[in-house]
Amino acid sequence: MFETPTLDTLIGYNLNVALPAIALALGTMILLLVDLFLPDERKHWTPILALAGLSASFVMTLFNLNPAETEAFGGMFVADGFTGFLNMVVLATAFLTVLLSTDYLRRTNTQHGEYYTLLLMSTTGTMFMIGANDLVVIFVALELLSIPLYVLAAFRVTDGTRQAWVLRSEESGIKYFILGAFSSAFFVYGAALLYGATGTTNLEGIFAAVQAIVAGSDASAKFLLLAGTALALVGLGFKVAVVPFHTWTPDVYEGAPTPVTAFMSVAAKIGGFASLMRLMVVGLSVLTLAQGLPAAWQQVVQVIAALTLILGNLVAVAQTSVKRLLAYSSIAHAGYLMMAVAAVGSEAFVPGVANAAAQGMLVYLLAYMFTNMGAFAVVTALEKDDGTGVNLDDFIGLYNTRPGLAVAMGIFALSLIGIPLTGGFMGKWLVFGATVQAGLIPLAVIGVLTSVISAFYYVRLIVNMFLLGDKDSGNAAVGGSLPVRATVYASLAGVLVVGIAVPLVTGLVNLVRLI
Amino acid sequence: MNVPVEAFVILSMVLFTLGAMGVMLRKNAILVFMSVELMLNAANLALVAFAKQWNDIGGHTFVFFVMTVAAAEVAIGLALIVAIFRHKQSINIDDLHQMEG
Repeated sequence: MFETPTLDTLIGYNLNVALPAIALALGTMILLLVDLFLPDERKHWTPILALAGLSASFVMTLFNLNPAETEAFGGMFVADGFTGFLNMVVLATAFLTVLLSTDYLRRTNTQHGEYYTLLLMSTTGTMFMIGANDLVVIFVALELLSIPLYVLAAFRVTDGTRQAWVLRSEESGIKYFILGAFSSAFFVYGAALLYGATGTTNLEGIFAAVQAIVAGSDASAKFLLLAGTALALVGLGFKVAVVPFHTWTPDVYEGAPTPVTAFMSVAAKIGGFASLMRLMVVGLSVLTLAQGLPAAWQQVVQVIAALTLILGNLVAVAQTSVKRLLAYSSIAHAGYLMMAVAAVGSEAFVPGVANAAAQGMLVYLLAYMFTNMGAFAVVTALEKDDGTGVNLDDFIGLYNTRPGLAVAMGIFALSLIGIPLTGGFMGKWLVFGATVQAGLIPLAVIGVLTSVISAFYYVRLIVNMFLLGDKDSGNAAVGGSLPVRATVYASLAGVLVVGIAVPLVTGLVNLVRLI
Repeated sequence: MNVPVEAFVILSMVLFTLGAMGVMLRKNAILVFMSVELMLNAANLALVAFAKQWNDIGGHTFVFFVMTVAAAEVAIGLALIVAIFRHKQSINIDDLHQMEG
């Protein structure tokens, strides 16, 4: 166990498999140092360097998509197709967030180099979380993802004033921090109980041990296993914001700086769902109460998914702030992703459904990333320096003043509903398909019905932009600078490509196998 | 004297429950934060007990990771609480209601 490390043992760790994440971690630290020594008049280089680091990591991911050897650190980290695909999605998220941030930070007087370092740290955490195949790595990566986000949520404090938006940002940070730390404690305790039942923290080891425990008659091990699964589910449920662990989401999303909201609505969900999927598929898919039954946690996940879909979509109808509306919309989308997790529970008697659900989840996350980043980019463009200008009423007549932004926002809204020819449709189609394949018909019906409810509030946004308002009375979109517009149109292209070039996307995710 | 592993696990469950109740019932941000630490340390106790039971070093190393992360969380959490206190002269979490809806 404790032999002296030599070059051979280091090579034995297979570090090159985890190279994209490791390189980004190194790049983040270099960025922190470089920013420290940059003179004030050259600070504009910090975001450019951040973009360069993200691009370098992206290229490494491309070269590492199908490695011969997938395990690193003695099986604690796995770089399979699932990891490669989600790595690319999260790197694109961070890239778009940097583009959104430069102008926003300048005009809100919160321009500090640490912002980009924290953003890259959080991205690194997400990448490790995606590849994590061990409870210890999941926990550490989860914290590396969350802790920078607590700071970023409160970042408008550095403005130095005591204006309302500073207080809101502060409040957003502390709420996110308290709930985040609370949920981490649940996850760690769940991990401790799973370790107690199985004697290992490795997910494949847990899988083997669970089979033995389910077949055996050790009641205390079964109890530890069930309690541990429940607590880990609660911990990850807080992170991805599913009902009833969603209460922090609207306040945190509303108070945080808009580019940060965009980033955390996507990256935290990617990290959380990637870990949830791996834990449930690789570790706990055989956790049944009796032979031939679906997994013991499937019922619970189904109820959580249904509640999330219903509550997220219904409460979103009553919102007046678009930032808050998108927060509830992101809760609802966590519900659709939870449907895919529930579908995995049927793997025992519907072979192949776990892979179908995982592939559906990947497409859903890709489409959701483009749509949400685009929608938040439009909100960033409309937001005034004092944080106002993001109510539904502020979108009235946007088509008259900024037709490009209005058309893009309209398409993002259609994609969030799940209208065909947009990315959102592809994701929903595959996830609903996996749910039906798993035999969870009532859940699929709830999914379809709540999609219809969601159309109500997204269409209201479209009506405001296109049909209401006099000529030249719309929002001037003060934040519509070149990088922000580039983000909007790049996301728009992404949404349409995922929606129209179906064979491309399905061909990409067909390579992905979790079992 | 040989204390059975179950005793440690039950103690850790009691501590975890106390911590969770503290987070939900306390109004002072610092005390909420202390309750979170209590929950993490309950998990540490359980991990060490199980590591002894399985005679496995993995659980012990997990504890070190949890302690390190808890320290990082303390640094961030106290900084946020200080920032809030400067503006509001209060760290009562019931006073945090800028946003409603």
